[in-house]
This record gives sequence, C-alpha cells and structure tokens, in this order.
Amino acid sequence: MKKNASCSSNAWTDSRRRSRTALAPQSFEDAVPQRLPHILGIEPLSAEQILFLLDQSKPFQEIQSHPLKKLATLRGKTVALAFFEPSTRTRISFSTAAARLGADTMNLQAEASSLRKGESLLDTVRTLDAMKPDCLVMRHSSAGAPEFVAGRLDIPIINAGDGAHEHPTQGLLDALTIRDRRGTLEGWNVAILGDILHSRVARSDIHLLGKFGCRFTLCGPAMWVPRELESIGPPGCAIRRVARIEEALDGADIVIVLRVQQERMHEPALPLDDYILLYQLTPQRLRLARPDALVLHPGPMNRGVEIDPAVADGPQSCVLEQVTNGLAVRMALLFLLIGTGGGEAAQEIPRAKDVADAAH
Amino acid sequence: MRVIEKSQLMSATEIDRTLQRLAHEIVEKSGGTTNLALIGIRRRGVPLAERVARAMRGIDGVEVPVGTLDITLYRDDLSKVAPQPVLQSSDIPFSVDDKDLILVDDVLYTGRTVRAAMNGLFDLGRPRTIRLCVLIDRGHRELPIEASFTGRTVQTSDTEIIEVRLEEVDEEERVMLVERVD
Repeated sequence: MKKNASCSSNAWTDSRRRSRTALAPQSFEDAVPQRLPHILGIEPLSAEQILFLLDQSKPFQEIQSHPLKKLATLRGKTVALAFFEPSTRTRISFSTAAARLGADTMNLQAEASSLRKGESLLDTVRTLDAMKPDCLVMRHSSAGAPEFVAGRLDIPIINAGDGAHEHPTQGLLDALTIRDRRGTLEGWNVAILGDILHSRVARSDIHLLGKFGCRFTLCGPAMWVPRELESIGPPGCAIRRVARIEEALDGADIVIVLRVQQERMHEPALPLDDYILLYQLTPQRLRLARPDALVLHPGPMNRGVEIDPAVADGPQSCVLEQVTNGLAVRMALLFLLIGTGGGEAAQEIPRAKDVADAAH
Repeated sequence: MRVIEKSQLMSATEIDRTLQRLAHEIVEKSGGTTNLALIGIRRRGVPLAERVARAMRGIDGVEVPVGTLDITLYRDDLSKVAPQPVLQSSDIPFSVDDKDLILVDDVLYTGRTVRAAMNGLFDLGRPRTIRLCVLIDRGHRELPIEASFTGRTVQTSDTEIIEVRLEEVDEEERVMLVERVD
C-alpha cells in the first residue's frame, strides 16, 4: 500500500502539491483510478472514475445503519461550506457528512455573508482559505464559479451546485440510487420532466447516465426544453424532446421529476394550474412507464405540483433513498479528497503489513 | 525500496496444521462454539477466519458465523498508508451484541490494526468479549494489545517484514521472512 515509501521528503511534498493540479502518479491497486484533485462536475469524469466513486460510497451507506454513526477518520480536518446561494438540504447533507467523519465545518451562508457588503467572490474564498480549511464545498448561482476558485486556491473544491451548470453530488447520488435498485446504470430509458433549461441536476444526470449508454427523453413546457438541450450530453448520447408527458413516459425505466421553481413561473407566463394539468406525474400517467420504473426527485418536492403525493409516497419513489445516499456519496468524496495527507508522516518507516501488501 | 527474501517461516502444510491447532484451542478455551463468531480483518484475516471456521466445524460440527471487517476508516495512520486509500465493505451479517468475538488477522505487529478493528466493532454494537487470533506474532507492539491465540511467535528486527501469502489472495501458500534494503 505504500509504494512511495522511499521517496525523499521533498519529493513527497512536491508530488502532493502537484497532485492538486495534475493527477497523482500512482495508486496501489490497479482498479483505482488516479486521485481526483477536485469534484467540479460529472462531465470530466470517466465511467470508471464514476463507478469507483459509487463503489467507495458503499461502506458509507452501511454506516448510516450503524447504531453509532460517527467516525474519527477526518478528526482534526475542517470542511468549509460556502453557500453563496441559499440551500438547506445540500448544506445539511454536507455538514452531516463531515460531522459523521469527525471533521469540523465552517459555514458561510449567502444571507449573512459579506457578499451583501460588496466583497468579491475571490476575496471571500481567500478569506475562508486563510482560516486553513482542508476542503471547500461551494454553491454559487454562477456557472463555473467553483472552477474559477479551484484554479486559485490550493485545497480541493467540491461543487455543490453552480448556476445551471452542474450538481455533481446529486448526479452521483442519483446514480447510486439507480444502481442499488436496478443493479446497473447501463442502457436505461430515462425521462426527465420539468424545467430542464435551468436544472443543473438534469445536466449532471445526463452527463453521468449518458456515459453508460442511457437514452433521454426531455419533456416540459417548450420554454424550458429548448432545442439546444439535445446536444448537452456526451458524444453520441441519444436525447430527444417531446411535448406530451404521456409520450415521454412511454417505456421509461427511470423518471426524474424536477422541481418547479415557482419563482421562475412568471418568465413566459404559464399558470400553475396549466402546468399541473399538462405535466404533473400522476399515478395514471406513471402506468405508461415500465411497471418497475423508478421515480427520482432531487427535492424539495412541491407535492401536488410536479408530482402527485400518491407517486411521491408510492413504491416506485426513491426520494428518501436519494437523501440517505446523498450522505454516503458526500462522505465518500470528503474521505477521498482529504482522507489522506500529512507530508512528513509519510516518511516514516513503513509498516510490515503495508509493505507486504504493496509487494503483491 | 527493495526487499530480499531471508527465509521461509511456514510451508502450506505448516499453515494448515497451525490453523487446525488454533481452531482446537479456540473451541477448548471457549467451552464450545455456541456464542462464538469470527471476524476476519481485511485482507488476509478474511480467508484465515474462514479456514478456522471450517476447522471448527470439523471439531464441533457447528457452523460458526464469520464476518469481514474493513478497518480503513478507523486507522490512526491513514496519512502514512497510501496516496489513495481504497475502502471495501465490511460484511458482518449478524448482530455482534453479546457475542464472543474472535478477531482474526495474519500478523500482529504494532497492535494498531487491532485497535482500529475494535473501534469498528464497537460502532456495530456491544460484544460480550473480543479475543484475538493471529497466525504470526512478530513483536514490536506500540499498544497494550496481546493475542489470545497465536500461531507462531517470531523474533524480528525493524527492517524485517513478515509476508503471509495465502492461496485465496496471493495464489501461493507460505509465510516468508523478508528484509527491506533501501
């Protein structure tokens, strides 16, 4: 397990520093992809890297059912949570994930932050960074903000949602949920319903499931499902748009219902009643999908708007599993990004077992 | 880092004979197998635990449950281990509450692995007792931990390494003493 045990002190420190920008050179088992410096989106990840991340989430799923859920693995580490856009669920999920790994958190929230006083994004994150967190989890209303920050700070960045760009942890937790229920991510017919134009969840899900050969049918009011969406997937990804929800659901294996952001309803006006009439996922409509079709929703749900309560609480709904899996995925990412470190300690004489393992 | 092989400590037959003896000792000292369960520590503790369980079945005719524990999350030396630790699932398909558990590992060295394993078990419940069974005790303890059942005690120096190679993991079966040369 300790292949670089003989590195000199500087070489180790240097390679660690480099690994933030390039990728670390070695891993101790062939199956292990190279270490990820940041998690900015699903798009740049390979299918193998995604499967590795999902596999690494498994042990953390088990921990959610332990009588004692708190580990000391990241004791002494600090996770900075910078939410420049209001968030409750994702922020609680990340801070619970950090707490269950024994890490401390520092919190910055849009409502209370100095952004209101005109501070720039870069100044704000540099200020946080000066308090020496080991990792920064950030959400921002501008697409690309986490990548901008990642290029300027020395710590790993996890994107917790940036504008209408990506929400990688949601993509991973959706994939984990689908794989748990259906055994594979390969080749499903996926229907995505609602405001796809503004949805980073839809983009991360399309990037992720598209890498595994899933086909997508997008459905919603025309202003939310523009033609450009047909080309957002990975090369060769089959994406079609349909106007009628009945057509979208026909033969679907997985139905992803997006939240109607009521603050956006005024854009080109669509009365809520019309939306419900045309696009709500009802039990009758769900019968058009495959009998074992899964229903996913990133939350928070508007019961009675985009989803009928009977569907939300029905046996095909994965909504609560998604929440639990979100914790597991976020624990896995925090563990993978900051679970190792300590340059000097790496010089110590290797333990026999580690060397013995590495020898094989 | 290079390692040179110094000597063979155990052959396949000796490993088998030792595990048979350990199984007998465990049954004898436990007054039967009714409340026992074995927990193999990943990686090489797992096949060893399965083999001891098989041997115990031959003695007592009773199926002793076997679980698997991955201790990566409980290590206190994660930063010293590898650039990218890889987690594996623990698989303990029974309640550890009030059980008499036997932790099984290949080599007992600093005691830190066993400390981590015990922390992992406490997160799952409250065993009645925990004892430790190892194939090789090589000394150099850093914690007050001793094995209840020991296959063989070997005097080693700091630069020496015990390599346990098992058919299930390494596709060969022997215990080697090797030395690290920098």
